[in-house]
Amino acid sequence: MISGEIALYLFMLAAFTGHEIISRVPVILHTPLMSGSNFVHGIVLVGAMIALGEATTVTQQVIGFIGVFLGAGNAVGGYVVTERMLEMFKSSKKEGAK
Amino acid sequence: MDKSALLQHAVHASYFVAAVLFILGIKRMSSPVTARSGIQWAGVGMVVATIATFFHGSILNHPGVVTNVVLMVLAIGISTLFAWVSGKKVAMTDMPQMVALYNGMGGGSAAAIGASALIGAATAPEHHALGTTQIALAVIGALIGSISFTGSLIAFAKLQGWMDKTFRFGGQQVVNGLFFLSALGLGAALLFQLDTTIVVAFFAVSLLFGVLMTLPIGGADMPVVISLYNAFTGLAVAFEGYVQGNVALIIAGTVVGAAGTLLTRLMAKAMNRSISNVLFSNFGSGGGGSSEIAGSQKPIEAADAASLLYMAEKVIIVPGYGMAVAQAQHKIWELSQQLIKRDKEVKFAIHPVAGRMPGHMNVLLAEAGVPYDLIADMDDINPEFATCDVAIVIGANDVVNPVARTDKSSPIYGMPILDVINARQVIVIKRGKGAGFAGIENALFYADNCRMLYADGQEAANRLIAELKGIDSAGGH
Repeated sequence: MISGEIALYLFMLAAFTGHEIISRVPVILHTPLMSGSNFVHGIVLVGAMIALGEATTVTQQVIGFIGVFLGAGNAVGGYVVTERMLEMFKSSKKEGAK
Repeated sequence: MDKSALLQHAVHASYFVAAVLFILGIKRMSSPVTARSGIQWAGVGMVVATIATFFHGSILNHPGVVTNVVLMVLAIGISTLFAWVSGKKVAMTDMPQMVALYNGMGGGSAAAIGASALIGAATAPEHHALGTTQIALAVIGALIGSISFTGSLIAFAKLQGWMDKTFRFGGQQVVNGLFFLSALGLGAALLFQLDTTIVVAFFAVSLLFGVLMTLPIGGADMPVVISLYNAFTGLAVAFEGYVQGNVALIIAGTVVGAAGTLLTRLMAKAMNRSISNVLFSNFGSGGGGSSEIAGSQKPIEAADAASLLYMAEKVIIVPGYGMAVAQAQHKIWELSQQLIKRDKEVKFAIHPVAGRMPGHMNVLLAEAGVPYDLIADMDDINPEFATCDVAIVIGANDVVNPVARTDKSSPIYGMPILDVINARQVIVIKRGKGAGFAGIENALFYADNCRMLYADGQEAANRLIAELKGIDSAGGH
């Protein structure tokens, strides 16, 4: 368990971090970055796994299964799509440097 | 320290490592040079955290560990297969709706965590007791996650073309408001009485509200909405992370929530709209018809357009989403190469919201092989239109409409545009005479220096290439 007070600090510091790391992003990276941050909240998978792992009733197992299914889709899909977008940036970068 | 305590420390250490890798990964993704390694760093963090979770005490020490782990592996397996194949197969033009889909899944997952925690506390408080703060955050996270889930699915369906662009009825905002208030009311009731019926009602109303909230929003505004739901999912994940006492979820979720909010504001700003404007106003349906434009649209044949290009020294190409839909970006790049071969200066001018998301057009041009240094942002290229001989507009409409600067009554008044009209000659490649996304007549098309080349994007580019070669062989020797 995390105490409410410590959690509040965590929220605050993480919010500033999120704001800071992308405050000077060129427009061309908005789409990949949105996709990339979409991947990062795929960490919800871990939470869903624990919810399913703690399930004591069938209802909870069903909900947990849905949660894990959706969370894994978020993580895997988010990664694949972002990787594909950024792959193209790399090749165009190379050509630009020629 | 005994072995199992050590293992739990290792699990939590892996969450810490994952959180660090996520932050560094997003940081690297915010610069074009390091972007590619950024997603890989974040990916490593995800794999580490996921594997470690199988050894989490709550899972390992549970009497039903075998069944639950089997279910887990099954769910991850099926979902991975689906997401991997769909993510690999999708065309670059359809990327925005896939982001919406995967994002919605994340929101749904966060809502499921909330549902599981609330139902657990309601039915078996001896196993799953929750404090008041935990219930409150579980409820808020579940509400936001549910909205993000169904809202993103609607956004996906709209962009995929499965659903009419807009869906409106009288008093819609009142109805939506009532739904939102009932969701809040039911959520608040859970603080005082954790009851399964109320939990179910709360989720039903929340999920429905996500649908209702997204239905009236038009396709042009979807990028902002997707970005907003992305931030929503982040927040939902963070809140459910608190409920579970999981620091990785709190940090990753909050970082994405904050970054996503900022991104959403940047996008809305690029479209000259506020977020509340996107969510609660009916774009294009108010305003009453825009003012009539004097003059007529003047067509041009491919042969004449080609000779204009042949004579030009500097050509600026303005691509819009219509070009991507026609899959013409490869042909347009071929045309550009033909022009470059003839010593013309060619540049691509990108409006911040060209495509379906900011930066989407850059991705599409990059896919066609257009080098980075030929692509210019709006602010850099706008002064150059005055010195350019021919500007080719292909599949773009509202973002080059000069009424955004001149006509105060226009719904797009004040939206930043590309000053294509300042070019000596403008050629607009367009399939027909229809208006753009916003449903507004384009004054550019009626301008004296503008000619319309009515054709499909690919076909137009093909004909221009052929005509250019024709001029070469006729006059070149």
